[in-house]
Amino acid sequence: MKYVDEFRQQSLAKKLSAAIKNEAAPERRYNLMEFCGGHTHAIFRYGIHELVPANVTFVHGPGCPVCILPIGRIDNAIQLAVDHEVILCTYGDMLRVPASGRKSLLKVKAEGADIRMVYSTQDALRIAQQNPDRQVVFFAIGFETTTPPSAVAIKQAKAMGLRNFRVFCNHVLTPAAIQNILESPEVRDIGSVSIDGFFGPSHVSSIIGSRPYEFFAEEFQRPVVIAGFEPLDVMQSTLMLIRQLNQGRHQVENEYTRVVSRDGNLKAQALVAEVFELRRRFEWRGLGLVPYSALQIKQPYADFDAEKFFDISSIAASDVKGCACPSILRGAKNPTDCKLFGRVCTPENPMGSCMVSSEGACAAYWSYGRFRNTGKFSARKNLESVA
Amino acid sequence: MTASVKRFAVRLNTKKDCVNMTHGSGGRAMAQLIEELFVKHFDNHLLRQANDQAGFDIEAGRMVMSVDGHVISPLFFPGGDIGSLSVHGTVNDVAMSGARPLYLSVGFILEEGYPLASLEKIVISMARAAREAEVPVITGDTKVVEKGKGDGVFITTTGIGVVPRGINISGDLARPGDAILINGSIGDHGVAIMSSRENLEFETTIESDSAALHTLVAAMVRETPRIHCLRDPTRGGLATTLNELAQQSAVGMNIREQDIPVKPAVSAACELLGLDPLYVANEGKLVCICPAEDAGQILDTMHAHPLGKDAAIIGEVIEDQHGFVQMQTSFGGSRIVDWLAGEQLPRIC
Repeated sequence: MKYVDEFRQQSLAKKLSAAIKNEAAPERRYNLMEFCGGHTHAIFRYGIHELVPANVTFVHGPGCPVCILPIGRIDNAIQLAVDHEVILCTYGDMLRVPASGRKSLLKVKAEGADIRMVYSTQDALRIAQQNPDRQVVFFAIGFETTTPPSAVAIKQAKAMGLRNFRVFCNHVLTPAAIQNILESPEVRDIGSVSIDGFFGPSHVSSIIGSRPYEFFAEEFQRPVVIAGFEPLDVMQSTLMLIRQLNQGRHQVENEYTRVVSRDGNLKAQALVAEVFELRRRFEWRGLGLVPYSALQIKQPYADFDAEKFFDISSIAASDVKGCACPSILRGAKNPTDCKLFGRVCTPENPMGSCMVSSEGACAAYWSYGRFRNTGKFSARKNLESVA
Repeated sequence: MTASVKRFAVRLNTKKDCVNMTHGSGGRAMAQLIEELFVKHFDNHLLRQANDQAGFDIEAGRMVMSVDGHVISPLFFPGGDIGSLSVHGTVNDVAMSGARPLYLSVGFILEEGYPLASLEKIVISMARAAREAEVPVITGDTKVVEKGKGDGVFITTTGIGVVPRGINISGDLARPGDAILINGSIGDHGVAIMSSRENLEFETTIESDSAALHTLVAAMVRETPRIHCLRDPTRGGLATTLNELAQQSAVGMNIREQDIPVKPAVSAACELLGLDPLYVANEGKLVCICPAEDAGQILDTMHAHPLGKDAAIIGEVIEDQHGFVQMQTSFGGSRIVDWLAGEQLPRIC
């Protein structure tokens, strides 16, 4: 496959692997957090762990849009579909995420709620056009990458005069979350989580550019390398991070120059700024309330805001007891540290959000099998739980 | 047949009419539908006897029987339709025991209002597939459900076959050291289906690989009777089939990503949708596990058959108390290839 295979070549991977081994000082550790689920996925899918020395550790960050959404927001979505009887349009990944009371969008769909899986905001718009006498709500989630399409949909809906289309906005912002992790007591004061450097998001940065990371590279003295999602990108970026650390530098470097510029996509940024504004605070699973970390729909487009149109109150819901998703999302725990992992929580029966999305750390651990090195799980048990 | 044609004053209008409740009521309308649509196209002497069952003699030996329900959407897709699929699926399930498939039965569940023209198209396609496979449909059943209680057409087929002497093929017979083979590229069917789904239309040249594999299987078992396992990796894809076999045989497996055939258009579509071709469905593929020393010969036999020209040895069975399927990635790392969890869903980011 042209333009993809080039970034998955084994021969280059071997060379980079040797270069990383050569660069990494054996006496120190390199704890590198990949913020994005896309990186987590690539690391596991291609087996990158095995191509770096043991003292280079990948710490999985909160950059999975499905995983960080607090249960209360999913409860809200269910409320819209069940109590307000709207047609709820959602990306497929959200369907199986556990909500309160052992519910999920998939379960309430089976019970009769009108929930439609869509592939883009355009699908949702079409559904609204085809069902003029029904209210249609698009369950908007995701980081800066998925925000511009939501902005486009809202503007189109306004231009078309659609009166039955609303957006339940859950768009969140990456830099605020990274800063929050670095300010968390576990990282800053207790030092129980050591993060030496960051892989900067790839698709997100194509929109926002590399400039927004410059502040906290300086403030927190941690190097950031914007990395593509292909496995060679991840390895090249690993090498760049290790080099910076060895040289005592903490700069924003851009490995993903084929897509990301310093300023990003100005047109998309303008579009987002026209339709959305900052929320004062937003709850993230794992991080709690993070100031100015999410977006809401601006007043001129308030008609399209599902939160304003429908009476949905904020729901404070707690995670399943024993679920370590919050700590895993902060990088404070590994999936295998969770008591539920692999015992009652598997991709077939997810208890926490990190087990649902293929970008979630737990699902990646489970599906691609890193855990088996820990000796914590018997094969029989694993097989029984998947049977 | 001339005598029966006279029984109905007006011929069934397959161009304009739709399925209605009387077509499943057991009365004259149903008899006409059976005669002028099903018997007409499936035509064979056993079906023409018009009994509630088909009677036939059978050679001595071990028989196998398999049933498969088809509830696909859309009903027509590039490279096939629910009709041809319902023949291929069951013929293949029977053939995966090494058996020669002999006969099929079919159960139609039709939704009120479904156009007879589309139904006839499906039946013609089914009849052609059965004729080409030389496995006739010899008995059947028709039911009609009210509008809104079905999805156009559901088809259930049952097949029976006879296993040649000396052949013992079963999912629990994989042994460490055995070779794992596949007869061609994976993911074609799933991608063809996805490309024609209403909300996901994209243009692709990929067609479903839907095919009856029994002649390929016959050639394989004739040349190399020591085959241990055969299975067609349909829903859940290659990954799920290998996991099933690993669990049944209590062994592990080691496969090599670079040896697994995937068409560029399939990997491109999967890349775009965030799917893994290992989990995408196939309808004309089989996984074969055999003693390593027989692998070369089987590969030659497969290559000589039109449905096995892209066959490849993709890995080997290993001892593993965990029952894991591992894969050496093309990138140079390794990972577990797990069962498919739920449905494969497109990724967001």
